[in-house]
Formats: sequence, C-alpha cells, structure tokens
Amino acid sequence: MIEPALEETTNPVIELDSATVRLGGRGIFSDVNLTVGPGLLVAVLGPNGAGKTTLMRVILGLVRPEAGTVAVLGRPPAQARPAIGYLPQRRGFDSSTRIRGIDLVRLGLDGARWGVPISITSNARRRRRIETHRIEEVIELVGARAYAHRAIGELSGGEQQRLLIAQALVRKPRLLILDEPLDSLDLPNQAAVTALLRRICTTQNVTVLLVAHDVNPLLGYLDQVIYMAGGRAMSGPVERVINSSTLSELYGAPIEVLRTTDGRVVVVGQPEAPHVHGHRHELVS
Amino acid sequence: MSTRLSLDPISDLRELFAFPFMVNALEAGTIVAVLAAVVGWYMVLRRQTFAGHTLSVMAFPGAAGAALVGLPTGLGYYVACGGAALFMRRARGSARRSYGTETATIATVQVVGLAAGYLFLSLGNAVLGGTETLLFGTFLGVSRTQVLALLIVAAVAVTLVAVSARPLLLETIDPEAARARGLPVAILDTGFLLVLAAAVAATSQITGALLVFALLVAPAAAAQQLTMRPGIGLVLSVVFALLIVWLGLGIAYFSIYPVGFYVTSIAFALFLAARLVRSIRTRRRAR
Repeated sequence: MIEPALEETTNPVIELDSATVRLGGRGIFSDVNLTVGPGLLVAVLGPNGAGKTTLMRVILGLVRPEAGTVAVLGRPPAQARPAIGYLPQRRGFDSSTRIRGIDLVRLGLDGARWGVPISITSNARRRRRIETHRIEEVIELVGARAYAHRAIGELSGGEQQRLLIAQALVRKPRLLILDEPLDSLDLPNQAAVTALLRRICTTQNVTVLLVAHDVNPLLGYLDQVIYMAGGRAMSGPVERVINSSTLSELYGAPIEVLRTTDGRVVVVGQPEAPHVHGHRHELVS
Repeated sequence: MSTRLSLDPISDLRELFAFPFMVNALEAGTIVAVLAAVVGWYMVLRRQTFAGHTLSVMAFPGAAGAALVGLPTGLGYYVACGGAALFMRRARGSARRSYGTETATIATVQVVGLAAGYLFLSLGNAVLGGTETLLFGTFLGVSRTQVLALLIVAAVAVTLVAVSARPLLLETIDPEAARARGLPVAILDTGFLLVLAAAVAATSQITGALLVFALLVAPAAAAQQLTMRPGIGLVLSVVFALLIVWLGLGIAYFSIYPVGFYVTSIAFALFLAARLVRSIRTRRRAR
C-alpha cells in the first residue's frame, strides 16, 4: 500500500537542461545544466538571492522555467510530485501545540486525504494497520522513538526536525528536498541531522537535496554540491566546485577559498547580494 | 423556575420533558453543544480563540442592526458574523497567522462591531427589546423553527469539518507542509473561519452573544488538556459540551438563577478540573 511511488532505476533523479527562470520579470538564473543521480546527498549552496529556493521550487514543479527543460525521475516535475518528500524551511512549533510527534508523522501519510477519518470496513482497518506499521518504522529510522508520543511543542529543535524528516519520508519518496534543514539548530544537532540524512540516502536509496547556508557541517558527507551565484550554477563534487578558480569564474570576480587546519572551508571576497543580514558570521554562504 | 426538586430522579426527569419549551431547549442545546464542541476543538488548536470571541461579539451589532431595519434577528447574526469573518481573513491577507498583526486587526473589528451595535441599539430603541437576551441568551425561549434551523446549520457545518478533518488538521499544525502537499490552504483557512462564524451565529442565538464562549472554548480546551490524540480529543470535547448543556439546563429548571450562569459555571469548573488533572499527570511523569 505504501509502495515507492515510482520504480527504482539508475537514471538521473533530477535533470535540468539549459533551464532559465524569471520571476516577476527578474532573471533568477539562466542556462543551468544539472544532473543528480539516485541515492546521493547533494547540497545547494550560494549567497542569499542566488536562487536556491527558486531552484527547489522548480524541481517541485511550483515554478516553471521560461526556457529549457526540467525532469524529475524522468518526468515533468508536477507528475513526479508523489515521489518527492519536501521539508519547507524550518518552522518552530509553538510550545503549547498539543499534538504528538507521531500524529505529525501520520499527517505525512494521510494529511492530504479528504473524507471522514473513521475506519469501519475491514479494508480500511487493514490499511490503517499497515500505515501505523510504516509510521513506527520511519520513526525508528530517524531515531525519534523515545519522544514520538510527546507533544511536538515540548521537543527541542533537533527532535522536531527529526520528526519532520520522518513526516517527509513516511510516503517512501525517491527524492527528499529540504530547505535549510540545519538552520537554527545548534552544532551537535547540525552534525546529528546531517549524519541522519546521510544514513537515509544510503540505506533507503533516497536522493537528498538540501539547501544550506554553510557547507562546513556537511563536509565529509556530501556526494555533490550545486553552487549558485551570479545567475548561474556549478555542480560537482565538493573539491571540484568549492575552489578559488571555479568560484571566481562563477562570481566573475576574484574569490579565494581557504582551508583551515581543521578542514573547514572559508570563502573570501565574495560580492554579497543585497539584503544580507550582517549580524551573522558566515563561513561559506 | 417555580418547580422544586423532588429527590426522585425519575419523576424529576419526567417533569423536565413535560414542557415543550424544555424539550426545545434540550434539543437546541444538544445540537449547539455538538456543533460548538467540534468547531471549537479546531478553533482552540488553531489559536483562533480571539477571532472566535470577536465573531461572537459581532452577533450583537448583527441582531441590533437586523432589528433596526426590520429583518429577522437570526439573519442579522449570520450576516454580521460571516461578514466579520471575511473581513478578518482579508485584512490578514496571505500572511500566515502572525499574532501581532492579526490580533490588532481582530481587536479593531471587535471595537467597531461593539460601537455599531450600540449605535443600532440606540437608533432602534423601541424595536429591539431585551439587550440582556441578546447578550445572555434565551435558552428557554427557543421555538420549533429555531431548532430546525439550528439542526440544518449544524449538520452542514459538522459535515464540512468531518470531511476535511485531516487536511484541516495538517493546515492547522503545519501550513507550509499543507501547501507543499498541494492542499488548498487559502480555501481551508477562509472556509474554517466561515464555519466558525456560522457556528457562533447559531450558538449565540441560544446562549447569547457573551456566553457562546462557554460552549466554544471550554469543552475543547478541557479536552486538549486531557489528551493529545485528535480523535479522542474531538469526542471528549463533544461529551464535555453535552454534559455542560444538559447539566446546566437541568439545574436551571429547578432553580431561580438563569441558565447562562449554570452553563458558564459548569464549563469553567470542567476546564479547571481538566487543568488540574493535567498538572497532576505532568508532575507524576516528572518524578
């Protein structure tokens, strides 16, 4: 009943072919070519306003490119929708929200289902049992069993994030898209959530595409990065993209990528997009 | 009421049902209890209690305005509540429920509503008798027609909520996820406010503009103190509301004090009890 929405293949999960996107008359990016394979952990990086969120919305089929083609799992994005799990940018739950984590995960399965939610027929009851089993399985997978029955509002940011990931995973998507999943988490939780996403990629054969502010918590886990700047995008393994020459070419300005002794990456000299919050010290943004 | 309690519960009950006005009151109260409990459960979870309160206040200018221009009072309730609901939704625009701006808008609507009601009342002084009835209800003056009208409104409203139970829950807890799942978030949001307006308009004709709250908030809030499960919470909310109405009407029949007083007091006591149970449970778990 909760089968993967499309059969598994080794074909690319995401393919953009010279895609150009304009929003409200403003060019967001143009002539972007991208290929993302199955079961990979991919980060979308770049300064604010470079079009990271727009790229997600294109892949989700919410924004259509003006030119070029986009294919997700070999079909138009809107048709691939059932096979995509999506986690919007982190939203905290009010501390008094009286709903359990497990109910939040269940809504991932049946939250879009209309009709009176009472299972009377034996078929409906069987379906409910299968769904309950799947919910327990996915809660186990994200390691949230200890607190899945507590009120979501009482949980920490990291715990809420795990349950939201479970909610996005419960329908067995082939592609999981997360918008800033590490934002507003503390460092240990950033590391834990990143490790969890890596594990999901490998064990569930799900492609995970996430937007990130800072590449550093993800270093060592990523298969591929997509770096967006100046209306263009570069894609490839971390070392091939985040280096002085590639980023200088992308920005059209001299950029220096430094590595600290503990392996962290610092990008120096990037021209900031307007409306950047100055209060935040960002390493790679 | 002039009757006295006889200590024989069976004959007391028989006496309760002997009068048509009492039967009407019990039927109307039962319908209103179910409606208010179901809609109220979502309202409390959505944190739209203040919006609900403002809608109930709108019943006042609605009734006074209808009396002024010579329309049926009931119609005035629905027009004023529905209009206020749409206005509040529009004023909020597409912005998500951010409480700072939303509460300011709602408060403005409330003040304008009260002012308009007061104006209508003074303009049509001779036409509308009984401001007290308007504010505190006419439990014991419900007609057959009113019962029927209530039944229809309640059936439609409860059916709408039941059919969209899960999408509405998802939209309530996590609007972003609901949007990503392709749910019509704006329609759900506006639709719920309109159902809430209908529930308030229907309920306040019985309980009065000020006491709607006893049935809309207290049962739902008490249920949410006791359980986090959506299904059980909804059932519990309905049970509490029925308990409040039946007990309130029953006691008021044998007493000299108004129904509204008993309904509100029982509702408040129930909420307190639920809070107490929850804090005891929390403490026990912490130990």
